[in-house]
Amino acid sequence: MERTQLRRQVALTRQSLFDQGFLDEQFIQLEDLQDDANPNFVEEVVTLYYRDSARLITNIEKALEKNSLDFNKLDGFMHQFKGSSSSIGAKKVKAECTLFREYCRAGNGEG
Amino acid sequence: MAITGDSRSQFHVLAVDDSLIDRKLIERLLKTSSYQVTTVDSGSKALKFLGFQEDEQGNPDTPFGSPNNHQEVEVNLIITDYCMPGMTGYDLLKKVKESSSLRNIPVVIMSSENVPSRITRCLEEGAEEFFLKPVRLSDLNRLKPHMMKTKIKNQKQEEDQEELKISEIQSDEQQQPVQLPSPQPQPESQPQPPPPPPPALLLQHNNNKRKAMEEGLSPDRTRPRYNGIPTMV
Repeated sequence: MERTQLRRQVALTRQSLFDQGFLDEQFIQLEDLQDDANPNFVEEVVTLYYRDSARLITNIEKALEKNSLDFNKLDGFMHQFKGSSSSIGAKKVKAECTLFREYCRAGNGEG
Repeated sequence: MAITGDSRSQFHVLAVDDSLIDRKLIERLLKTSSYQVTTVDSGSKALKFLGFQEDEQGNPDTPFGSPNNHQEVEVNLIITDYCMPGMTGYDLLKKVKESSSLRNIPVVIMSSENVPSRITRCLEEGAEEFFLKPVRLSDLNRLKPHMMKTKIKNQKQEEDQEELKISEIQSDEQQQPVQLPSPQPQPESQPQPPPPPPPALLLQHNNNKRKAMEEGLSPDRTRPRYNGIPTMV
């Protein structure tokens, strides 16, 4: 019925996230930790991640608005962001964080 | 200690990490492995939980079974993040290893960054393992032997302490590492199966470490800790 179709859609979306490099094996680790006793584990973690990331991004934006960039501070934020992204398997975000940090280290404000 | 620790599900792990997501993850991982878990978000909270008291550090005259040696709750392993604001995982590790009552607790450090000098420093300071984040279930399987060894380690470390103190009973201790009366919360003559000889333990130690180090270091490195000195005559 609709449920099956929805399920299939979810499965396809999920697969494409992997294919497009948004997610990596760590996400599968998370999925493996979910079971009948903890049926919402992935959802809980991802929700936490979104909340945490939103906060970090706000902080980063604020820091970027300043006239002279505090690269150390930015690097600190990115370290946290990269850490949590890595923990949930957010591959692409993690890669962007790494790049961002390299710019920070080089003092490259334009990047 | 009143707790007999006869079944694995009794093992209690204290997890320290400032990141909420990592705390949640490590909690789930540990619970899946049937450990009891307590999570805290800082090194200072961890020490508080452990019932850490500054004044009992390095007190050689602590009598057996002194109440000061009892922690508030029994903790069989501490797993901590390295990068934390305030007290880093390394600072926490040092504090634990410096405390006469807490030093027997195995400590594992986690870090998202693969910095060989960092890993070395932690292992030298007494960390059992160094996990690279993100931590996986398979990594946790390496913890079991350390927790099982805790009791044996208690005796070994006591032995090392004795050696340093140049005590007159030193020669007896060295011959009988198993029966060493321990000022730690266990009374002497604990009915236990005989532990494997220290050299074999060492090997296991190093092999476990290999996996952590392979990712960042040459596998030929050994830890120059004094724990590594075989004490069997």
